[in-house]
Amino acid sequence: MAQLIKNGAAAADTWKTLELAEGEAPESVALPEGDVIFPLSVWQARKAEIAARPAVGLLLQPGDRVEDVADDLASFALIAVSFPKFVDGRGYSTAALLRQRYGYTGELRAVGDVLHDQLFFMRRVGFDSYALKDGKNLAYALEAGFKPFGDAYQGATDQAQPHFRRRA
Amino acid sequence: MYKYDAIDRQLINERVAQFRDQVRRWKAGELADDEFRPLRLQNGLYIQRHAPMFRIAVPYGMMNTAQLRTLAKVARQYDRGYGHFTTRHNLQLNWPKIEDVPEILAELAEVEMHAIQTSGNCLRNITTDQFAGVAADEIIDPRPLAEIMRQWTTFHPEFAFLPRKFKIAISGTREDRAVTWFHDIGLHLKEVDGQVGFTVIVGGGLGRTPIRGQIVRDFLPWQDILSYCEAILRVYNRYGRRDNAYKARIKILVQALGVEAFRDQVEAEWAHGKGGPMTITQAEYDRVAAHFTAPAYEAVGNVDLPQDKAFQRWLERNTHAHKVAGYAAVTLSLKQHGVAPGDITSEQMEAVADLADRYSFGELRISHEQNIILADVRKSDLPEVWQKAKAAGLATPNIGLLTSIICCPGGDFCDLANAKSIPIATAIQERFDNLDYLFDIGDLDLNISGCMNACGHHHVGHIGVLGVDKNNDEFYQVTLGGRQGNEAKLGKVIGPSFSASEMPDVVEKIIKVYLENRTDEERFLDTLDRIGIDPFKNRVYEGRAHGKAKTAEVEAA
Repeated sequence: MAQLIKNGAAAADTWKTLELAEGEAPESVALPEGDVIFPLSVWQARKAEIAARPAVGLLLQPGDRVEDVADDLASFALIAVSFPKFVDGRGYSTAALLRQRYGYTGELRAVGDVLHDQLFFMRRVGFDSYALKDGKNLAYALEAGFKPFGDAYQGATDQAQPHFRRRA
Repeated sequence: MYKYDAIDRQLINERVAQFRDQVRRWKAGELADDEFRPLRLQNGLYIQRHAPMFRIAVPYGMMNTAQLRTLAKVARQYDRGYGHFTTRHNLQLNWPKIEDVPEILAELAEVEMHAIQTSGNCLRNITTDQFAGVAADEIIDPRPLAEIMRQWTTFHPEFAFLPRKFKIAISGTREDRAVTWFHDIGLHLKEVDGQVGFTVIVGGGLGRTPIRGQIVRDFLPWQDILSYCEAILRVYNRYGRRDNAYKARIKILVQALGVEAFRDQVEAEWAHGKGGPMTITQAEYDRVAAHFTAPAYEAVGNVDLPQDKAFQRWLERNTHAHKVAGYAAVTLSLKQHGVAPGDITSEQMEAVADLADRYSFGELRISHEQNIILADVRKSDLPEVWQKAKAAGLATPNIGLLTSIICCPGGDFCDLANAKSIPIATAIQERFDNLDYLFDIGDLDLNISGCMNACGHHHVGHIGVLGVDKNNDEFYQVTLGGRQGNEAKLGKVIGPSFSASEMPDVVEKIIKVYLENRTDEERFLDTLDRIGIDPFKNRVYEGRAHGKAKTAEVEAA
């Protein structure tokens, strides 16, 4: 199990993620009860059915386009962006677009190969929860992972103004 | 040159602490090798053939003497007393210990230097013209914008894990000296109707798929360069290939989409960022530009320089026109015959620092041709500078000549190399050691890379040499007609490759064809362009055994 960090602290994960098994189709897969994070394909195939739930989560893979769900964002309480490998940086653009362009304000969670040394970048582009990879040091991530740097040059989601616009 | 202020100092000090902690966790087994690898690469640390290789940034090639003295000290204390200047404004150490790197970084931070993003799949060091600010043909000094862009690239949160490395070069002169046509983004500063801006070139690159870049925007106001680059980077980060490292550079994406479709995507993306917070303010430009003011030049009259032949040779090849009367820019050659091109000892670094302090306002630059430039020398001081540079082995009068070879570290040091490159350079330098002959041959760029990654820029050498591996033996492929500058283009392969021992003869035959065919005033490239490559090819392969005959020859040997 990944270890969830939320609001700067360890948190219990109340969500489960629906994964399509071999041979299962988005149109016919059984939808579990409770708070569920749905793959994009299932959401697209069963929008009306899923939207009736009290809380809906969406899982975006690196190749999924934010533009395809831009009109649906109000439906989601949580969007999880997957990093199958931490060196695949597409999820950073996904997060930046969700927050900066499409105004998504719900929980934005990094899942997958989520490691200590990327937490700072993830926070800057707009993630606010992090499923730290299993086996990694949660206490140390909380203590040091988010603040290797006390400031930054560029504008990003956490601070829209680049440093040069914040000079006295 | 630029001086750090509070945030610049804070960020590099925090970087040292961060990397120290990463090394500690890696040694403790908390970071797996695969997890540590991209982190150390983004601090310039490769694991190489003999030892780690550590690459220190010299942003846009500018350095002061305190920095160079620190490099000398670091090379002496943590390495074997020498370093290697690369083609992209970096200094490489070949033999440091990983455990020492945090200490080295701490010492570098003291003099405002670092190794941030000097390797890895991220935004790399920004390069420019070695004569920025003093070139007689300069339109706009690129350094303030290069520094603003350096800051923007540093720890950019969205673009730290790109499909592949990303290199940006800026040129502010009429004649491009920054190889901008062969960078992921190449920028030409220009002025149109009183407005300063850039021509933006995207998708060039050397490496195994050499491609000349294409213009995506003919004119972009300078204020918009960060937001426009963010648009390019976002398109690349999202859609660049990640399935094959050899097809992951932005040039492949631009080729696949076609430049028009790529431009449409960038412009659509930029429509959102245009005019936003990343728009550079005049106040920020002025703040940074204030660091790049001209030094206190003196009014100097005409000087009579010695007529001594050796001095005149050096004057002809190693000094360059300056925009201020009475001054010259001087190239200190790191192409001494018999020494690996770009290599410099700690003692030489200290000698250069002394020269720069005494004669060039305490600053110097690194060129992509792997030499050092003293940008602001009084002409009357040239004889003294020459004497002292000569004593330090830095006055080989070969800039722009055949033996001023651009060369990568090659198979002697680099894990990626297919073949050695330094011994080829050395053998060619030995063959052409006669200065009268070398001067008679005249302007000629010979570039050598030990593999198709092309760190030695072989594609744009007038004569290019590429190390290739054939059945575990080292061979060398020769190209002719490549060039940098405004008419930059790739050389053409002349035919089957050669063994190392054949290379000096091959180069000599090529030179002979040129000398026999040239008209007065024709440089090597002019003759080549006029007569084509066939006469060269025919001479080089004349009487050379092919196919079965060659195999028999090899077996008999």
